[in-house]
Amino acid sequence: MGIAMKKDGDVSEKYGRDAKLSAEPGEGGLNVGYKTKEKGLTEALVREISSVKGEPEWMLKKRLDAFAIFKKMPMPTWGPDLSRLDLDELTAFVRPKGKEAGATKWEEVPPDIRRTFDALGIPEAERKFLSGSSAQYDSEVLYKSLRKNITELGVIFTDMDSAVKEYPELVKRYFMTRCVPAKDNKFSALHGAFWSGGSFVYVPQGVKVPSPLQIYFMMNYPGFGQMEHTIIVAEQGASVQYIEGCSAPHYTKDSLHSAVVEIFAGKASRVRYTSIQNWSRNVYNLNTKRAIVSEDAIMEWVGGTLGSGVTMLYPCSMLVGKGARAEHLTISLAGAGQVKDTGAKVLHMTPNTSSRVVSKSICRGGGLVRYRGLLYVGKGCTGVKANVRCDSIIADKISIAETVPVIDVRSDDAIIQHEAAVGRISDDQLFYLMSRGIDENEAVSLIVRGFIEPIVKELPLEYAVEMNRLVEMEMEGAVG
Amino acid sequence: MALLSLKNLRVSAGEKEIIQGVSLEVGEGEVHVIMGQNGSGKSTLLSSLAGNPKYSVSGKAVFEGKDLLALKPHERARRGLFLAFQSPIEVPGVSLASFLRRAYAARFGDEMSALEFDKILSAKAEAAGVARSFLQRGINDGMSGGERKMSEILQLSVLEPRLAMLDEPDSGLDVDALERVGAAIGKIRKNGMSMIIVTHYARVLRSIKADRVHVLHAGKLAASGDERLAHKIEEKGYGWVLQ
Repeated sequence: MGIAMKKDGDVSEKYGRDAKLSAEPGEGGLNVGYKTKEKGLTEALVREISSVKGEPEWMLKKRLDAFAIFKKMPMPTWGPDLSRLDLDELTAFVRPKGKEAGATKWEEVPPDIRRTFDALGIPEAERKFLSGSSAQYDSEVLYKSLRKNITELGVIFTDMDSAVKEYPELVKRYFMTRCVPAKDNKFSALHGAFWSGGSFVYVPQGVKVPSPLQIYFMMNYPGFGQMEHTIIVAEQGASVQYIEGCSAPHYTKDSLHSAVVEIFAGKASRVRYTSIQNWSRNVYNLNTKRAIVSEDAIMEWVGGTLGSGVTMLYPCSMLVGKGARAEHLTISLAGAGQVKDTGAKVLHMTPNTSSRVVSKSICRGGGLVRYRGLLYVGKGCTGVKANVRCDSIIADKISIAETVPVIDVRSDDAIIQHEAAVGRISDDQLFYLMSRGIDENEAVSLIVRGFIEPIVKELPLEYAVEMNRLVEMEMEGAVG
Repeated sequence: MALLSLKNLRVSAGEKEIIQGVSLEVGEGEVHVIMGQNGSGKSTLLSSLAGNPKYSVSGKAVFEGKDLLALKPHERARRGLFLAFQSPIEVPGVSLASFLRRAYAARFGDEMSALEFDKILSAKAEAAGVARSFLQRGINDGMSGGERKMSEILQLSVLEPRLAMLDEPDSGLDVDALERVGAAIGKIRKNGMSMIIVTHYARVLRSIKADRVHVLHAGKLAASGDERLAHKIEEKGYGWVLQ
C-alpha cells in the first residue's frame, strides 16, 4: 500500500508532502467534470451544489440551515492562527471528470486519474488486503467496490451522495443529528452547508467485516475546499475497520480540508477508524470527528497526521453506555511551517466506562505540535478508568511541543492517570547506535521509529511500512 | 604493524582530563586486559576510542593504519571497531533483529532482505545461546543486566569486528550469567578477533587467554605484564602496583 508516492518518482514530485511548490497545472491536468460557477461561500452556491447533485429537498434544507449557522458563528478564537485562510477564495465544489461512469472497476476510471491512484498503490492494496475500497477525487467519489461476500452480509459501503438517494431514512437518522450537529463549531457548520463525497458505512447486527474498508482522498484542484462526510454505523455485535488515506499536490494556493466523521458504535460492537493524513503543506486541515459509543462497545481511533500546514483535529468519543471503551492512538509530526493542534476528547457519560489515549508527537525544523485533550467524567459516573499518555520528541532547538490537557472529573471514584513526557533525542542513544556503524541520520530515524512503534504496530502491515518510511524521510537531517 | 596504536592519548570531559597520556599497541589477534580501580579512566578510554562525542581527545590513535580520531563513531564501527557497553543504552520500540540488520548492512555493505538476514542472525543467536524471541525485543528495553550483556555479545558476534573493546562484560552478573557470557566471549575469540577487555576480575581469564594485562591508574598505565599480573591483583589488590 502506498499512502503516498512509492513506486513512481514523478508522483513523489507531484503528490508528496514535500512536493515542490508548483503553479496551477494547465486545464488538462485538472480533470474537471463540473465546477461551480461562483467563488465564495454564498447561499446561491449551496443551492447550486445541491441542485447539481440532484438532492432531495430535505438535504437542501439541512444545507441551508447549516449555512445560516455558519454565517452567524465567529471563527474560533483559540488554537492556531487561521487568519490567512480566506474562505471566500475557495472553490467549494469540483466534480471530477468520469464521475458519471460510476466506476466499480479501475479500468472505468479516466486514465489520468487512474495513474495517480495506481502510483499510490491503491488498486494493489485493494487486491491484497481490503474488503472494500473507494476513491474520492476532489469533491466526489468516482470509484467504489465492495467484495461480493461482504455485500451478501448486508453491509453497505457506498459514497455519501449515493446514500442520500438510496438510503434516505438511514441518512436522515444519522446525518449531522445527535453526533456532530452543524452548530457544533464554525467548520462543522461550513461543512454542513457545502459537504460533498465521503463514505456511508452500515454494518448490520452481528456482522463482522473480516478485513478493512478503505477510502482514499485526493485533492487536486488548486485553492479547493474538500469537505467529505463520513458516517459509520455498526449495529449490535458488529465489527468493522475503516481506513482513510489522503494526499494532494502542492500548489501555490491554499486549500481547505474540512471533514466530518460520525460514528455510531452500537451495543457490544467494535469499530476501528484509522486515518493517515498526508496533505501537502498548503492545506488547512480542520475536521470534526466523533463517535457515540454504546454499552460494551469498543471504539478505536488510530491516526497519523503527517502533512498539511495547520491541522486541528480532536477525535471525540462519547461513552454513553455502561462498559463502553475508547482507545485513541495518534502520531503527530510537525516539520517546518507546520502546526499540529491535535489530541483527543473522551467524555465518560456513564458508569464503568474506560478509555486510553496515547499521543506521540514529533517536531522538527521549527514545527509546532500541541496536544490538546479533554477528559470528562460526568457526575455519578462510578467505576470509570481513564489513562492519558502524551509523549513528544523535539528534534532541534527551534521546534516547539506543548500539551494542553483539560481534565474535568465530577465523579468521586474515577481512576485517572495522566502522563506526559517531552524529550530530545538522547545523545547516549545516538552514540550507541552509531557505535554499531549506523550513521547519524539513520540513528535518528531509528529512534523516532521506536518512539512511534506502539502506534504503528496497530496499523495494517502495508500502512505500517509506509508510515515508517514517511517519518524516516521527514526526519532526514533533522538533528542540528 | 599493530592493529591499534595509541601514542600519548589524552582524553578530557569538559575541563577535566581523565586519560593523561596513554600509549599502547594492540597487535593483530591479541587480547589485552585493562584493570584498575573505579574512576581510573578505563571506561572513558574505551568510549573515547569508539568516538563518544562527549570527550575531546588529543594525541594519536591509529587503527589499521588510519587516523582513528578523524573518524566519526559509525565510520570507526564500519572499519571493524566495536564497543560492548558496560551499561547498554535502551532504544525502545526498535527490535534487536531489525537494528542488527541495519548495522550488518552498514558494517559489510551487504543489504539483504529480512528473511535472508534472519538465517545469519538465527545461527549467531543459537551459537551464543540466545532465544529467538529475544531478537524481537526492543534494544535493551526492560532487559535484566544479564540480558543486556548477552545482547552486547550477540551484536559483537554478528558484526565480527577486527577489534572488540569489552567494557566490564562481567559486571553485575550472577554466577550462571557470568559463565554464559564468558563462554560466549571465548567462542567468539576463537576466530582470532583482537580484544581489549576492561574488568575488575581475573575470572574472565578462565574463558579467554590474555596476551597482555595493564593497570590503569589516574589516567595513566601504571603497570603492564602477562596474566600473572591479573592474578596477583586479584589476590593482593592494587596497592603494591601503585607504589
